[in-house]
Amino acid sequence: MKTESRLEKVLQAGHFAVTAECGPPKGSDVSRLEEKGQLLLGKVDAVNVTDNQTAIVRMSSVAACSILKSMGHEPILQMVTRDRNRIALQSDLFGAYALGLRNVLCLTGDHQTFGNQREAIGVFDLDSIQLIRTVRDMRDQGKIIGGDNIQGPPKMFIGAAENPFADPMRWRVVRLAKKVEAGADFIQTQCVFNMERFDDFMRQAREVGLTEKVYIIAGITPFKSPGMARYMATRVAGMDVPEDLINRMTGVPKEKQAEEGIKIAVETIEKVREIKGVAGIHLMAIEWEQKVPEILKAAGLENRPFV
Amino acid sequence: MIVAELKQISEIRKMIDRYSSILVVGCDSCVAECASGGNRETMLLAAALRLSYKNDNKYPIITVACLDRQCVDDFIDRIAHQVPEHEVVLSLGCGAGVQALARVYTDKPIIPALDTLFIGETEMRGVWQENCLGCGQCKLGYFGAVCPVTRCSKKLMNGPCGGSKNGRCEVHPDIPCGWDMIIRRLDALGELDRLSEYVPPVDWSTSHSGGPRRVVREDQKP
Repeated sequence: MKTESRLEKVLQAGHFAVTAECGPPKGSDVSRLEEKGQLLLGKVDAVNVTDNQTAIVRMSSVAACSILKSMGHEPILQMVTRDRNRIALQSDLFGAYALGLRNVLCLTGDHQTFGNQREAIGVFDLDSIQLIRTVRDMRDQGKIIGGDNIQGPPKMFIGAAENPFADPMRWRVVRLAKKVEAGADFIQTQCVFNMERFDDFMRQAREVGLTEKVYIIAGITPFKSPGMARYMATRVAGMDVPEDLINRMTGVPKEKQAEEGIKIAVETIEKVREIKGVAGIHLMAIEWEQKVPEILKAAGLENRPFV
Repeated sequence: MIVAELKQISEIRKMIDRYSSILVVGCDSCVAECASGGNRETMLLAAALRLSYKNDNKYPIITVACLDRQCVDDFIDRIAHQVPEHEVVLSLGCGAGVQALARVYTDKPIIPALDTLFIGETEMRGVWQENCLGCGQCKLGYFGAVCPVTRCSKKLMNGPCGGSKNGRCEVHPDIPCGWDMIIRRLDALGELDRLSEYVPPVDWSTSHSGGPRRVVREDQKP
């Protein structure tokens, strides 16, 4: 064990892990966050707390993680390099660990032009891979960038994202290898819709031995409606939604569409579980957290291991 | 070269309406190449201003001059006799030109007529592309002569982000993905191996992050 992370324990024990996303509120409303947190409590092994996702201003990820932790959750702190330079990122890592957080997901972040602060400066002092290395050097060498020693180094279980569906296709596994080499302990992938391409990505990862070195957790997002499926296909950066899934959503009557979306998600979970090297799933039920227990039950994942 | 664009006449007028004599000064270097501040564009701007003022029944004195370079004293001196005869200088130089004129003509208001955009190249007639941010530590040799600092919208040093799709950047479909360009070019050169190595955080202290930069070379001083 590299850390005190509960997620690391679950994965190391060989359990099929379940994580879910919990986006902080667009303000300081703690009760909204607690409501969402309550829906997921005891249902998942860890909960990802997004960092101003799609560049929309929300409650700080560190603060929201801390609130969720006090509820009994195991938070995964998402950190993007878009908004903070290396001074702020490293400082927040110290603070996050001091607050009891043990997992971090290192990301570059969606470009600021996507969000509600389009005129903002994009920091991008570090890229996600450099952030991964930074967190690892903090943990394993007790040093910050530049080599200064840390008083009480944060020992984080380090995550990274990978998008098997972005281009250039043959570069994706090279980039995954770079992230693992830099220090990623686990990977959470972009939402899997294109199963063929995901399967191919996992095959390539296995071929170069990456599944032995890193836990790969497959991203799952249920469609609420055909509109959402189409929106994700055309408007969300890095998504790959095959036409036949959109057709499935449009092909059922309106009152059955949400049900169909959940059915697709459950089928996807079942398929990714069959793929060798997939260590768990990451459920991103965007503003639909109340459906997480139902999806997990249908997929036979409702009982979380006690570690 | 420096690429710039002409401001709207309305914005220029907001800055110069208080004066009754205007010296419009072009720059026949970079901004001539990008067709925004050369001799021709300076004449056109003066004509447009005259017309705009005429519509308001105003007739300020508008004189035109054009320097070979607005950022070098030897050239700047050539309008020394005209500057005192006008209340304001409207410069079609880049930001460097405007500030150089202000340094030389200390008692004269110098107003920019252009928005200075970037260091770039003329890709084809009518198309200019940004391709250098002047970071102070050129790494083009490692990236197939495609700059990740400039051509990647997120300045990524270790490969494309998850938003690269069909060779296009997530920011806008009109923007080619810089990393897609890097990979294609290195692949064509048989040098893809250059990309497997981890690139540590960039030292931005040589960029503008280190404060305004200045080069002093004793061997070049008079």
